Amino acid sequence: MSKKLKLYYNPMVQWFSNYLTYTLLNLQAKTHLADTVNFFIYDSIKIFSLLFIITLLMGVVRIYLPIQKMRDLLVSKRWFGADYLLAALFGAITPFCSCSSIPLFIGFLGARIPLGITFAFLITSPLVNEVALALFIGLFGWKVTVVYALSGILLGMVGGYVLGKLKLERYVEEYIWQTKINESAVTTGQAKNILRQVVREALGIIKKVALYILIGVALGALIHGYVPTGYFEQYLSANNLFAVPIAVVLAVPLYSNATGVIPIIQALVAKGIPLGTALAFMMATVGLSLPEALILKKVMKWQLLAAFFGVVTVSIIGLGYLFNIILPRLI
Amino acid sequence: MIIKILGSGCPNCQRLESNAKQAVNELNLADVVFEKVTNYAEIARYGVLATPALVVDQQVKLFGRIADVKEIKTLLQPHGSMV
Repeated sequence: MSKKLKLYYNPMVQWFSNYLTYTLLNLQAKTHLADTVNFFIYDSIKIFSLLFIITLLMGVVRIYLPIQKMRDLLVSKRWFGADYLLAALFGAITPFCSCSSIPLFIGFLGARIPLGITFAFLITSPLVNEVALALFIGLFGWKVTVVYALSGILLGMVGGYVLGKLKLERYVEEYIWQTKINESAVTTGQAKNILRQVVREALGIIKKVALYILIGVALGALIHGYVPTGYFEQYLSANNLFAVPIAVVLAVPLYSNATGVIPIIQALVAKGIPLGTALAFMMATVGLSLPEALILKKVMKWQLLAAFFGVVTVSIIGLGYLFNIILPRLI
Repeated sequence: MIIKILGSGCPNCQRLESNAKQAVNELNLADVVFEKVTNYAEIARYGVLATPALVVDQQVKLFGRIADVKEIKTLLQPHGSMV
């Protein structure tokens, strides 16, 4: 958002949420309840407007760079290492749906894209997506968003590279190597009215995540309204060396569409949890989940799955420490 | 005509299927057989990178998104017995 727009937009939303909270709902100002309600309204409006803009932008990008084109680009020539970056970037712009991860995995390997590159895509894809970005901009601002997105891409590159070097190809289920892809069968036409398609797609994505976001924002608002500032500092300070690994390990079994967690995390950060620890928690929640593992089990043997989870977990813990060191200086 | 819906059975695939069925109804197409393909190896064989996908007479018409009834109708037309 440009500075000028922000200058007018934020106070406008604030005025509107004040009006709803204090005038329409007639809540007593400065009470926990009023703070919570006000926060909820303000954040919801801001997040949903950002969400709409960003899903639209991503939708347009995808029209011009659909996934099969990305794959063909990766196959088309030797990239000498830049393909890790490319694959992670592609992962960032495709919307992630865990039900698509298997066809993707098979389709990439079937096109003779190396396993490591495929992983670079697979790791970044759930971490960096339009919904997460919109929430990050709305809740944490630009700087943190950029740091987060770059880390997600870096994580995919490093994780993919390490997994590629481990030579784990034999732990991919055999039938995948035998899958013959009938390329000529694909002749997907584009919808005629591109604008309509993009808007519809954007609304579809928003509809899918709206409930999670509202619940997340509501829980975040409750924490904002009722938990005293600095409350968590006593338990999870940046000096506590175990905080990051514990947060990451706790997050793995959680399954969340990324979306519900972010407002809660932002509230926790406001109440004293170090940002780096919180970001590591969030990355682990989104990037590693048990339901996802169960789906991937259909194409990977457990050794590969374990290596995948292991490498990503360790990388996220490393990132968490790094965040705790650099973020306080940056923001 | 054989219409296949490729996908693991997630809600998106079901929506695509119901849209496709409605499109077939609205076009009054005869001799249409619907098939669901949930086996991943088979889905991948179509070169599809994202589900759900719509396959008409072994031609992948659409994948990675849900099309509405109107769009599916135009996708079905060249094959239809009405045309």
